[in-house]
Amino acid sequence: MTASQPSSEIAYNGSMKILVMEDDREAADYLQKAFAEAGHTAHVAGDGETGFALADAGDYDVMVVDRLMPRRDGLSVIAALRSRGNTTPVLILSALGEVDDRVTGLRAGGDDYLTKPYAFSELLARVEVLNRRAGTRESETVYRVGDLELDRLSHSVKRAGREITLQPREFRLLEYLMRHAGQVVTRTMLLENVWDYHFDPQTNVIDVHVSRLRGKIEKGFDKPILHTIRGAGYMLKGG
Amino acid sequence: MALSLPAIMKTTAARLSALYLLLFALCAVLLVLYMTSLSARMLTAQTQETINDEVLGLAQAYQRGGLPVLVRVVENRSRQPGANLYLIADANGQILTGNVQSLEPGVIETQGWTTEPFSYQRFGEGELDRLRSGATDPPAPQTGDGSNPQSTGEKGHNAIALVLRLPNQMIMLVGRDLGEPERFRAVISRALTLALGMMGLGGLLIWFFVGRAALKRIDSVSDASRRIMGGDLSGRLPVTGAGDEFDRLSENLNAMLARIALLNEGLKQVSDNIAHDLKTPLTRLRNRAEATLAGRHKTEDYRQALESTIAESDQLIKTFNAILMISRLEAGYSSEQTGPVDLAATVSDVVELYEPVAEEAGVALEATVPEAFTISGNRELIGQALSNIVDNAIKYSTDAAEAPKVRVALERAGSEIKLTVTDNGHGIPDDADRARATERFVRLEKSRSQPGSGLGLSLAKAIMTFHNGRLDLLPADPGLSVVMSFPLRDTH
Repeated sequence: MTASQPSSEIAYNGSMKILVMEDDREAADYLQKAFAEAGHTAHVAGDGETGFALADAGDYDVMVVDRLMPRRDGLSVIAALRSRGNTTPVLILSALGEVDDRVTGLRAGGDDYLTKPYAFSELLARVEVLNRRAGTRESETVYRVGDLELDRLSHSVKRAGREITLQPREFRLLEYLMRHAGQVVTRTMLLENVWDYHFDPQTNVIDVHVSRLRGKIEKGFDKPILHTIRGAGYMLKGG
Repeated sequence: MALSLPAIMKTTAARLSALYLLLFALCAVLLVLYMTSLSARMLTAQTQETINDEVLGLAQAYQRGGLPVLVRVVENRSRQPGANLYLIADANGQILTGNVQSLEPGVIETQGWTTEPFSYQRFGEGELDRLRSGATDPPAPQTGDGSNPQSTGEKGHNAIALVLRLPNQMIMLVGRDLGEPERFRAVISRALTLALGMMGLGGLLIWFFVGRAALKRIDSVSDASRRIMGGDLSGRLPVTGAGDEFDRLSENLNAMLARIALLNEGLKQVSDNIAHDLKTPLTRLRNRAEATLAGRHKTEDYRQALESTIAESDQLIKTFNAILMISRLEAGYSSEQTGPVDLAATVSDVVELYEPVAEEAGVALEATVPEAFTISGNRELIGQALSNIVDNAIKYSTDAAEAPKVRVALERAGSEIKLTVTDNGHGIPDDADRARATERFVRLEKSRSQPGSGLGLSLAKAIMTFHNGRLDLLPADPGLSVVMSFPLRDTH
């Protein structure tokens, strides 16, 4: 972890307690195993009622909820938990996946939405970003990662004290990457959060934007700071 | 079809026939009754007139020669065939002369016109004794009269008469047989019966020919529908060419079937294309996995193989999603919501998104957005359509003869808002190819070398259809213009 992060995160070892509500046994087992490999603990509920009971009793960092489940559907579970004051971040999984489904899901109290079939790397990246214990940096006005500094009020970016000029979109891209420093950020997450579009571009337009940004914040400096994570996305991480 | 009565009565045709029949019968009965009473009144008036004339003649005879002449004239006239009724009686009612043998009692006491038709008997019709003895019973049934056995009946003849008092207190009665009006009534009632019978028959015929014909056509329509439901989508409902409502119904249903068949055909084509276009990458995927397993490799090789497997799977998922989205949009049951969309902002967004890609490819990407246009639509979808088109334009302008250039222009043209993306590449010179370019999975020969699923333009077209707009491909000389036309009002 970087020195710039709040002290609460130093105690946080990066491991999450995740509740997976998924009725497909094989998919659930796979998720449990994959989360364990990524260093997290995952509990599985095979239906909506069990899921609700576990979520209501346990203290989870993130929940992954399938929309279509026996006994109780995902959206109703989420709505019930929210009405009981449970604010655990929820990522909704769905085999549906039109724009409208996403809107309905988020309106029901979900925090993020992912359509099946998905890449686990995408799910993991989104779940890690959702984890509130990783610390929200919304309130901070200055983000610092290594020797890189971004001032959200004056819209200025400095690395090792040197001013870097960015286009407005590049600034928002860097802002998002810095807010989730140390976490993997996927291309679709960038497109969603920086451009507010949810489709898959035919060409990897995001890569070109990132490499342009990388050119500006790494050129002339010794250490790379914006890393490409193969098969997943990008991560901003200071030395 | 079982033709039991309840089943028949269940048909609209039978019910309508029965109702009409009832109404017609009622009208006919009323009409006949009215005509009968009218005719009866006319006949009575005529009879009275005849009697009046007769009385006038007799009065003249009486004046000429008193009672003897009158009696002679009456006797003369009485003997003529088909004569009126004549009777002269003394003050006590004793018959002196005439052709009436007996009368209903009381008739003779009448002054003036008899109020009701009365029964009587002529001479030669028997019952002489009864009359002479002054019997009050009505005459017994007659036989052997021969002239008119039907109308005599049990009551004997009916007649109306004018009864007069002669100055010497003698009674003269001149009457006329009502045999004719009675026959007339019989004719009328026969006609009525016949008419009702005919009407019943007519109703049955109407039901049989009109109702049954309609029924048969409806049955043929339901038979045809059943066959079509059975899976024969090429089947059509019968159209007789009469141009009536049945034909119109059949024609509309046929048009609907044609549309369904078209959609079905589209679906079939899509599944064929899916089979073809997804089989190739799936086979590649499988072969690679097999080859990796077969040989002895270093860990790095396995990693590489798995990574390319994931990349290939991702591409497959993208293709699947695109197909699904196109199908939903084309079927028109997409639940995507619409709202105000700032087209100018969308153009700026997409151009900004693609600008680095264009620059890297050495393509100049320019946008002309003169004013802000807000339409009703779905920003995500329009953004996706435009980015697909811009993506294509950048790819295909790289082989331009001059400096590669892509222009995006937003302008108002009449009742439409046109969003045009023009490149200066080789374009699609062939008209047929241009038309085909928006079809699913169509990748024109030259584009085969370019990455892509062949669904970009199809998706853009489906999105434009969803927005009640059009997607046109026009030659730009050099290059290609892809025009997204949105209607200015009622965008969705």
